[in-house]
Amino acid sequence: MQKLIRIEPSKCIGCKSCELACSFRHRGEFAPSKSRIINEVFMDDAQFITVTCMQCDDPWCLKACPKGAIDKDVKSGIVTVDELKCVGCRTCVSACPFGMIKYLPETGKADKCNLCGSDFPECVAFCPTHCLKFSEEDLPLREKVLKFARTMKDGQGEV
Amino acid sequence: MGNGWHGKLLRVNLNEKSCTTEALNMDWAAAYIGGRGLATKYLTEEVDPATDALGIDNKLIFATGPLTGTYGAANGRYMVVTKSPLTGTVACSNSGGYFPCELKYSGFDMIIVEGKAATPLYLKIHNQQAELVDAGHLWGKTTDETEDLIRAEFHGDAKVACIGPAGENQVRFACIINDKHRAAGRSGVGTVMGSKNLKAIAVRGTGGVTAASPTGFREAARETLKMLRQHPVTGEGLPALGTAILVNIINQSGALPTNNSQFGTFDKAEDISGERLVQTYLKRNKGCMGCVIACGRVTKLTDARFTGKGEGPEYETLWSLGATCGISDMAAIVKANYLCDEYGMDTITIGSTVACAMELFQRGLITEAEVGMPLNFGDSDAMVKLVEMTGKGEGFGKKIGLGSYRLADSYGVPELSMSVKKQEFPAYDGRAIQGMGLEYATSNRGACHVRGYLVSPEILGLPEKLDPQAIEGKAAWAKAFQDVTALVDSAGVCLFTTFSIGVPQVTKLLNAITGSTCSDDQMMVAGDRIWNMERLFNLKAGISPAQDTLPKRILSEPLPDGPMKGVVSRLPEMLPDYYSVRGWDVQGIPTTEKLQTLGLA
Repeated sequence: MQKLIRIEPSKCIGCKSCELACSFRHRGEFAPSKSRIINEVFMDDAQFITVTCMQCDDPWCLKACPKGAIDKDVKSGIVTVDELKCVGCRTCVSACPFGMIKYLPETGKADKCNLCGSDFPECVAFCPTHCLKFSEEDLPLREKVLKFARTMKDGQGEV
Repeated sequence: MGNGWHGKLLRVNLNEKSCTTEALNMDWAAAYIGGRGLATKYLTEEVDPATDALGIDNKLIFATGPLTGTYGAANGRYMVVTKSPLTGTVACSNSGGYFPCELKYSGFDMIIVEGKAATPLYLKIHNQQAELVDAGHLWGKTTDETEDLIRAEFHGDAKVACIGPAGENQVRFACIINDKHRAAGRSGVGTVMGSKNLKAIAVRGTGGVTAASPTGFREAARETLKMLRQHPVTGEGLPALGTAILVNIINQSGALPTNNSQFGTFDKAEDISGERLVQTYLKRNKGCMGCVIACGRVTKLTDARFTGKGEGPEYETLWSLGATCGISDMAAIVKANYLCDEYGMDTITIGSTVACAMELFQRGLITEAEVGMPLNFGDSDAMVKLVEMTGKGEGFGKKIGLGSYRLADSYGVPELSMSVKKQEFPAYDGRAIQGMGLEYATSNRGACHVRGYLVSPEILGLPEKLDPQAIEGKAAWAKAFQDVTALVDSAGVCLFTTFSIGVPQVTKLLNAITGSTCSDDQMMVAGDRIWNMERLFNLKAGISPAQDTLPKRILSEPLPDGPMKGVVSRLPEMLPDYYSVRGWDVQGIPTTEKLQTLGLA
């Protein structure tokens, strides 16, 4: 199975360590505006939501690219921008419904999460609360199902 | 390749409505680290210490450190440095949240605000574009409203630091609130901002911070992260219960000042504890930017009498609006804490000032007619009402807005103000914890817990357990803690990390980001240098060493209750030792030799 960054919002503390780790790793500077993962803080609702590219099975960005610069690796599932082929036309930017691929003025190329290629994702490595996990299985989803199942169990009483 | 600095400061002249970019003095940045140290260096060079804190010649400096905006050790802090209108000493207040990092990402390391605007203005920074714009429509608004209005008209992702009505009304202990709930809280830095007619600073920064040694920095940060997560205080206690974890611990130690320090224990402490906050109004915990501890309390009030939401209260606030006012009504404390954030007031000073007023009432020195209501210890409705009146500048609230020293002094009993150099104590009794008494007496910004937190060794046993009643060696401990704190504050690191990391870790991070090769000892010398520079500012400001003392109550009224019953502060025995350890003469004046070794003379 293919691995993905699994996100559990209830564990997030809104520290943006993921944004810092991502931008430092990929851009060489601590610059949240250049991060490929976004940690949004909704203080009024006491909610912290993290979003990043989900490496779509049928990626809009890939289909939109007129230069064939975006590829989805069959084995890993990672959707990658080939900077040698990318001409910076930004068609992919408008195609992605999630805003998870952007244009970087300093490179003149499209930029998106590639799960740090062959390395362990840097954002996951620096997440202090393990709100981010890198796994094949959607563990946060499994946790939610289990929580629901336990509630059902407790409601059954003794037969 | 960068080095943690952009090498730029923004000078804002309110007289001329001008914003100019200047090169940062990198020699000073090396000698004074950044943040607190570097900003104080600028203050001492540019402002006459004897100047009127609320006059046109005082300056207000917003300073990041070289580590602000990076990861590893809760590196999201900045400091506001100016001359304090509460104490007359140097003021230096620290805050986290998201604003400090955003300022750094704008490309400026520091902002120096000078002069006074003819009409209310706010400062808008979008990367390297800075301009002063009209704030007439924001004047009178709470910090919450101000931030929303600015984000709506400037940029949805802007980060805002602003004053509330208290800063405008010249409450002596107004703070500067950023990100709605984080405060550069103490010593009236917001009062200075209000005196300059500057309502807010709003920043949108899309740049970044670079490190001289990226791999070295990453390695040091990984190691630091691990240490913070594995330590019981920063990895478990603070995330679960926040600073409020201390209510029960300090009460059990007999060191929780109650009813304006008339007692050292509070029989209803459990009702205002961190544990109780978890059971009642806590929604979740949160971190500031780059923080791995997450001590912040996101709370929501669901009480029949009060509503609201926000962050906090912190331990100090649970004490100041709670125990020292004899109050155990958690909902009222949370509400008053929100009001302090919205109006922009220091919770420690206002709570302590209300407690002082309560004692004046208890003694018949102020009357019900004067206050407009009875003011008995334990009356939570009166406390909430007074906090609101103070923020609005109404009635007796105007007197509370003076702080406890000026209030008590106006009734001829300044000794009833639980303060040093006119700034109120935080939540630890200086009799029960001898080192804290020494720290209060010698802190460069008046009574304060975050200049040399000896509670850590004396109560928590970190880095080693000391007897809180012992006085031998406390002077050296106080100096060491004060110097380390000066270093940490200057770096841009949160002080709370120092429960689990020490100077070696901070040094590693600093060296990797700046490319310097300083030893731990050199870093400690920098802390000592910063401390002495602050001391010199205060001496020139006319703050005599005679003010290195404590209120009569702490020096001569034995604690009447609890495990520390019968003790008084032994400050007179510790102070000469402290001066000596500092390398100062017997009068408390830094010697020329000492200043020469620090490069200050």
